[in-house]
Amino acid sequence: MIHLKNVNKEFNGRIILHNINLNVEKGETLAIIGASGSGKSTLLRLMIGLLQPTSGEVWIKDTEISQLPEIDLDKIRLNMGMVFQYSALFDSMTVGDNVAFGLKEHTKFTSEKIQQVVQEKLKLVELEGFEAMMPNELSGGMKKRISLARAIAFEPEIVLYDEPSSGLDPIMAAKIDELIVNTQQVLGVTSVVVTHDMNSAFHIADRIAMVYDGELIAIDDVDGIKNSQDLRVREFIHGTIKPIKRRQTHVDRS
Amino acid sequence: MLMHYLEKVGSRVINVMEGFGAVIILIGQIFYQLKHVPRGKHVLRQMASLGVDTLPIVALTMLFTGMVITLQTANEFIRYGAQSTIGGIVAIGVARELGPVLTGVVAAGRVGAAITAEISTMKVTEQIDALKVMATNPIGYLVVPRVIACMLMLPLLVICGDVIGTFGGWIISTYYANISSAMYIQSITTFTVVHDITGGLIKSVFFGAAIAVIGCYYGLNAPNGAEGVGKATTQSVVGAIIVIFISNCFMSLILYR
Repeated sequence: MIHLKNVNKEFNGRIILHNINLNVEKGETLAIIGASGSGKSTLLRLMIGLLQPTSGEVWIKDTEISQLPEIDLDKIRLNMGMVFQYSALFDSMTVGDNVAFGLKEHTKFTSEKIQQVVQEKLKLVELEGFEAMMPNELSGGMKKRISLARAIAFEPEIVLYDEPSSGLDPIMAAKIDELIVNTQQVLGVTSVVVTHDMNSAFHIADRIAMVYDGELIAIDDVDGIKNSQDLRVREFIHGTIKPIKRRQTHVDRS
Repeated sequence: MLMHYLEKVGSRVINVMEGFGAVIILIGQIFYQLKHVPRGKHVLRQMASLGVDTLPIVALTMLFTGMVITLQTANEFIRYGAQSTIGGIVAIGVARELGPVLTGVVAAGRVGAAITAEISTMKVTEQIDALKVMATNPIGYLVVPRVIACMLMLPLLVICGDVIGTFGGWIISTYYANISSAMYIQSITTFTVVHDITGGLIKSVFFGAAIAVIGCYYGLNAPNGAEGVGKATTQSVVGAIIVIFISNCFMSLILYR
């Protein structure tokens, strides 16, 4: 469904991603883990054409999108949805208008039909009755859920999540994870989730890929990652760092 | 030392030329997006928020500008027995230059700043990326309605400003300089021709486009963070005011030769 071939990305001569080869199968949920600044979000932005690779190819189904003109890219994007790290809801619109945005722009649905789809998607994220509220009246978790409802309103085949549980309390983060799993099961979408929350990754993912310093150093199923012998993977998933050598101090307790 | 200085000058020149190039590319993209029918509802909403809300400050500016011009000229004109020309002088000055330029400057401060602040905030909060992800071109969705709204609203604001400015002149000429209303009005009808007004309106259409394009350009290219929004807004207002003053000089040369 998504295929990255020898992808490199540089910003002002600084290498962000180096020789990434990645394949995401139809219907699977792939979690991309890695430390902050390792290039995870850049990878996600390459997949949806918000960034172009310095070299390499990005395939979505049967189309190579890295050199595609914006007008053709838009046709591919109609089949994709994205949940942004900070939700990116349109703050001048109500919740209902945010969810309905894609439908109003790209379909000839009647307003009744659009209303029906909006209610259906809000029900899926358990926020029925919030249509008239403005984004600034919502909590962070609610915004993420509305962002998810907006991303799936068009019933895309691919949904990309950029740090869906960051900045949320553990209960709300678990709720978002449930919604991601639920969305995958109900709509059968292919999902790519960028996260550094290991509990979340283990819970939602079929496979996990780890990006370290711009390179893809591991990709395996959940058990494979849990049992990885790669020190960098182990350190990341257990949240440990190399022990600091402490200077021996001798205290005379006599 | 000299090389260092030349490098700095060269770098500055390249930055300025890059800016010009980017604005020209943006104008090209706006024309390209015009092939789609502009969203009428969006244009009307922008006209209301950008234009109507600017009217009070335009009215205030033009009222006192008309008053102060008359205040400065009335005594001198009366001394030389030319009081019958005051109305015409005020009306021509307001319609040709002061109306379009001052309305443009006020709109650059009020409208240009609002456009840049809104679009740059959308950029730093990833709302522009969200538009792209939802297969919606940000130029067509955000920029085109604002450019059309400014091009339509600025002439309307200038017409209001012209009337209010001339009215300001009447207040001073009648109650301060003791010139009769009939003489003031007759002076306007004698000296003012339609081209004085249409020339000012043509200028204002250009100023409207310049304010919106510059406002959108700085908004779309704002550096990230709150500081970036503030910096972009300031640059937008300064840039629009500079363009208004320079282009006004050339347009006056062309329109009123």
